[in-house]
Amino acid sequence: MTRIDAKFAALKAEGKKAFVSYIMAGDPDYATSLEIMKGLPAAGVDIIELGLPFTDPMADGPTIQLAGQRALEGGQTLQKTLDMAAEFRKSDDTTPIVLMGYYNPIYSRGVDKFLTDAKAAGIDGLIVVDLPPEEDEELCIPAQKAGLNFIRLATPTTDDQRLPKVLQNTSGFVYYVSITGITGAAAAEATDVAPEVARIKSQTDLPVIVGFGIRTPETSQAIASVADGAVVGSAIVSEIAAGKPVPEVLSFVKGLADGAHRA
Amino acid sequence: MAEDLINSFMTGPDENGRFGDFGGRFVSETLMPLILELEKQYEHAKTDDSFWAEMNDLWTHYVGRPSPLYFASRLTEHLGGAKIYMKRDELNHTGAHKINNVLGQIILARRMGKTRIIAETGAGQHGVATATVCAKFGLKCVVYMGAHDVERQKPNVFRMRLLGAEVVPVTSGRGTLKDAMNDALRDWVTNVRDTFYCIGTVAGPHPYPAMVRDFQQIIGKEAKAQMQEAEGRLPDTIIAAIGGGSNAMGLFFPFLDDKSVEIIGVEAGGKGVNADMEHCASLTGGRPGVLHGNRTYLLQDDDGQILEGYSISAGLDYPGIGPEHSWLHEIGRAKYVSITDKEALAAFQLCCEQEGIIPALEPSHALAHVIKIAPELPKDHIICMNMCGRGDKDIFTVAKHLGFEMAEAD
Repeated sequence: MTRIDAKFAALKAEGKKAFVSYIMAGDPDYATSLEIMKGLPAAGVDIIELGLPFTDPMADGPTIQLAGQRALEGGQTLQKTLDMAAEFRKSDDTTPIVLMGYYNPIYSRGVDKFLTDAKAAGIDGLIVVDLPPEEDEELCIPAQKAGLNFIRLATPTTDDQRLPKVLQNTSGFVYYVSITGITGAAAAEATDVAPEVARIKSQTDLPVIVGFGIRTPETSQAIASVADGAVVGSAIVSEIAAGKPVPEVLSFVKGLADGAHRA
Repeated sequence: MAEDLINSFMTGPDENGRFGDFGGRFVSETLMPLILELEKQYEHAKTDDSFWAEMNDLWTHYVGRPSPLYFASRLTEHLGGAKIYMKRDELNHTGAHKINNVLGQIILARRMGKTRIIAETGAGQHGVATATVCAKFGLKCVVYMGAHDVERQKPNVFRMRLLGAEVVPVTSGRGTLKDAMNDALRDWVTNVRDTFYCIGTVAGPHPYPAMVRDFQQIIGKEAKAQMQEAEGRLPDTIIAAIGGGSNAMGLFFPFLDDKSVEIIGVEAGGKGVNADMEHCASLTGGRPGVLHGNRTYLLQDDDGQILEGYSISAGLDYPGIGPEHSWLHEIGRAKYVSITDKEALAAFQLCCEQEGIIPALEPSHALAHVIKIAPELPKDHIICMNMCGRGDKDIFTVAKHLGFEMAEAD
């Protein structure tokens, strides 16, 4: 059982929905980013998605693109991102960490070496945007063997015929992308999301978390109420981009988390 | 026969879109169903006579195919060695080989009921070709172009706008061709229902590398037949310039199993293939990685972050290369070399003076390699290079490098 599985079991026992937050590792700099990360669990975050900066984030909108650029300009590397996770683990051994990014930095490091190092750093799961099920042999299968969850995105274009293929090697949870589009785009309506979540849940026992376009405590609550939880990324990254002090960023996150937890 | 099939270099890609270890389908889930649908439609069209009848008709009457195979007699004499032929794809409508592929993709898009076409462009040649064919068929056209390229390729930007296309200057990342491709992919992921992404080179997720090659191989097929007519035999060496590599793949593919034919791809060496990465030579100066939907050789740092290439030629300024080239490079069927800005400029001028042909800066790189090797080769050695584009678009850049003051427009 990974930390992710344990977290969902605990939430289920409490009858609570999950709140998942995304921050870009190393944005605006290593120290601030680590400080924010350390404060997330107390702000109500159940699962931390840690963005791996990449020069060419083709599924991300401007907010996450610029966060990645800031991190890279500040000298963030894959190694430093793993260091951040390891540092976080020194004081928190339960909150799951999911690395989210693109394949090339991982491929460049070497898949086996990456998996060993990620596991050692206390990483629990991976979301790699440009690895669809058709490329499962690359990283998904080796990651599962190494004891890491491989969390897949399902989208509005994933029809019923394709859904089993997407779910087949997915573990931890399913991330439903509520819109066709990039991160930070307009939000989907909870009324549109509900039948899609039901469609996915009819084919899997895994929790279904919904993301893309959630910016307010109200939407966070509305979306979480029709799923097993909500993910917020760009809205939090925007606060960091605006140069808000860490306590303000964390209080913003708490509002969103409280929203999801009210659901 | 069976052995011949096994030994063929022309059977790729496999069902997973791989050429050896290269290629593949590294895209987000939102795009995956679209790519599978495109593959299905393309597989169908490929064997559909009515599809090729429409292509052939447009190639003949709209593009002006076949393009001539031209014996460059003065250049041959000047260099004093091998016999030099040029495949004149710069005489195509819109001035480059790009339209060969665009026609194929747009006919396919129409068959799929798509009403909005998006494209990325570097030098603007693919953008102009796409805008042209969209105008002809009355389709909405949006072209993503790096903000830096919008500045240095103003005539092509104006052409696209005249043709009714919307040109979107891309400022994300560093505002170059790779960023234009990122933004085109972001557009596609957002507008999945009505939009067709017309990729301009033999890169991207499967089936694009194979499909674009198939539409471009008309270049090699014609050249092969024309060479038979002119010389009664195959050329000894074929040479083409490579950015993403579509004109080169188009010339090379029909010759891959003719083992007597030496195949040379010419990458942009910029200011020299050195540690400063002021070049675009992905094979000479890069290593395998994953970008824009495929695994291929890429310019990247130790951490797997993609680097910006540099070349005087905006059309070669891409940090990757088509996956089939990466495979041909690794198995050794084709040889890849690089040519610097300076060498390309010298070739550009020599071609103007000796042959009365103003070449684009892209094929000037191929020609520069011809100039390098031809003098040492025997007089009965036949070289065929791909003159894949004309140089009208480049005269401002060349003038600037030659220290010639020229007002762009009043």
